[in-house]
Amino acid sequence: MVSEIRDERVRSVSRLSRLLSRPELGAAAGTVLVFVFFAITAGSTGLFSAKGIVNFLEVSAQLGILAAPVALLMIAGEFDLSVGSMIGFAGILIAIPAVFWGWPIWLSLLFTFAVCGGIGALNGLAVVRTGLPSFIVTLGSLFMLRGLTLGLTRGISGRTQVSGVHELAQNDPLNSLFSGQVFTGLIAWLADLGLIGKRADGMPSISGIPVSIVWWIVLTLACTWLLTRSRFGNWIFAAGGEANAARNLGVPVARTKITLFVMTALAAALFAAIQVLVTGSADTLRGTQKEFEAIIAVVIGGTLLTGGYGSAIGAMFGALIFGVVQMGIFYTGIDTDWFKLFMGAMMVIAVLFNSYVRNRAMRSR
Amino acid sequence: MFSLAKLIKPALGLLAVLTMMAAATTLAAADQTRVVFVTHGQSGDPYWSVVKNGMDDAAKTLGVKAEYLAPETFDMAKMGQMIDAIAASKPDGMVVSIPDAAALTTPVKNAVAAGIPVIVIDSGGSKLTHDLGGLLFMGQDEFQAGVMAGERIKALGLTKAVCANHEVGNSSLDDRCAGFAKGLGVDVPVMNGVIDPTEMKNRVIAYMTAHADTQFILAVGASGAEPTLAALDELGLSGKVKTGTFDLSPTILQAVVGGKMEWGIDAQQYAMGYIPVAMFDLWKKYKIMPIADYPTGPGFVTKDTAASVIELSKQGKR
Repeated sequence: MVSEIRDERVRSVSRLSRLLSRPELGAAAGTVLVFVFFAITAGSTGLFSAKGIVNFLEVSAQLGILAAPVALLMIAGEFDLSVGSMIGFAGILIAIPAVFWGWPIWLSLLFTFAVCGGIGALNGLAVVRTGLPSFIVTLGSLFMLRGLTLGLTRGISGRTQVSGVHELAQNDPLNSLFSGQVFTGLIAWLADLGLIGKRADGMPSISGIPVSIVWWIVLTLACTWLLTRSRFGNWIFAAGGEANAARNLGVPVARTKITLFVMTALAAALFAAIQVLVTGSADTLRGTQKEFEAIIAVVIGGTLLTGGYGSAIGAMFGALIFGVVQMGIFYTGIDTDWFKLFMGAMMVIAVLFNSYVRNRAMRSR
Repeated sequence: MFSLAKLIKPALGLLAVLTMMAAATTLAAADQTRVVFVTHGQSGDPYWSVVKNGMDDAAKTLGVKAEYLAPETFDMAKMGQMIDAIAASKPDGMVVSIPDAAALTTPVKNAVAAGIPVIVIDSGGSKLTHDLGGLLFMGQDEFQAGVMAGERIKALGLTKAVCANHEVGNSSLDDRCAGFAKGLGVDVPVMNGVIDPTEMKNRVIAYMTAHADTQFILAVGASGAEPTLAALDELGLSGKVKTGTFDLSPTILQAVVGGKMEWGIDAQQYAMGYIPVAMFDLWKKYKIMPIADYPTGPGFVTKDTAASVIELSKQGKR
């Protein structure tokens, strides 16, 4: 009897061990853990009411918008510490032309995305041309952008906050793309069914889902597709895994990295556009520390600091954990002085857990 | 390959331009009064931005040379070094803020000993100023301002309040919260917030969901007040749950006009920037100096007065 001929180069891997070696597994498990923790400690306080859910999802969404491209960049082996400053800078670029020079909002948005993308390209060029660590190059941009933001804003407006964007954006064609609510019909229907709580004045507690949450999901899916289903995704892994070997195989490492720096800069501009149009104002201090929060989300999500391994879905879980902890701690009544301790400890635990799971998965092969 | 030589030429060119700009500013007349501000307030902070505007306007109007310095972070050791360095450059007057007496006592004393007249603004208080040999103190006693805010809320018959602090660790904001509790006469919990407006807004929403009996929210600055207003709007509690804030901004004043906010407390910090420049100019020319401290706040801006200062707030003067 002739048994089925197997290709000796293909090794069969059980479904379980394949699942265990996914980078987002640790983050997914961590998310479940965090939800269970808050369900026990704060389950009855409104954290998981419609309002509470939208509440933490909105915080997660804004961080997640930043984290998805940052994850891709980190998989390619680079950092971008300038995304936080870029948020403040982009916000001012949107607000000043609109408020002081009378530009329509759509134009100042396009202008902002163009300028930020350009700066991202400069970051990338500086990194690949000089061979300096991106940590250093973008640390430089972090400070330069803050200084530029402050100097420009004070020079033009005499203040450090520019408000009055709301009135100008009201009839702008791009306004609802960044600041609106979606699924309002569905929410109204659910409210009629009594599935959504009421406010003190009898209105449903939420009128829709903030559009930033849609951006978050779409962006994460797009980054995941890019990473796992496109040639560009292979280049990203190759560039972060072993850049020289990749170059020898014909992977355009420099171009890949520059593209990713442009993407993180554009994500920061998107973050700023959402925040400026939702709050109606821009502030030179916006985005402070977001570069680190994005890195925390990405690392909790299972991406390696050294590059070559990670996922955008993991970053989404990381951002979700961040938002839930951030908001949930209020509902539990735990003194919020401890929040940062919580966050830092979670990051270390998540990373330990990730590497434990990964090692086990590798051994089982 | 990347060549460093290509970068050197433009870098040198930039350096030359910067040197010329610096030289042009130092070529001012020798008898011109020179006043230097060394404060802990980054000019990126909307509050300190108004102080700097006051300084700039006075310098322009009076033909005085004025400079504004502050460490980029809340770094008292660095601020002390700045005071030392400025004292060594012998200005005609130095304006400092003293948020940390222990760290800044020696530098300020040394400057006074070196014969430099010193005015203290914003933080430090009257007693410390005179102990260190300063000429006078100008500013708002944050604790006292908090007490007055608390008394106003007590007069409305409200007792359940919260102090929303957007910058935990800043002692003058802590003083505002503590004074408020004293004035109200009951314990007031502090809600720890953040600078990020989305997170700040959602934290207020979360707090109000968990503490639905809260009747009054005190914000301790514009960065906390604007998200608080947005949160109350979202919760449908605008005008029902009362709120008030320290410091002003166009949005805050609009809310006061519209009845969504009780008042904004104005430290009138424009004066802290403007008046010391004028005082030192008079001091240099005629040896004239006021003999008493100068409290600039708290000025409560209410519905009756808010509309008239909106335009000024937009210009960074209120």
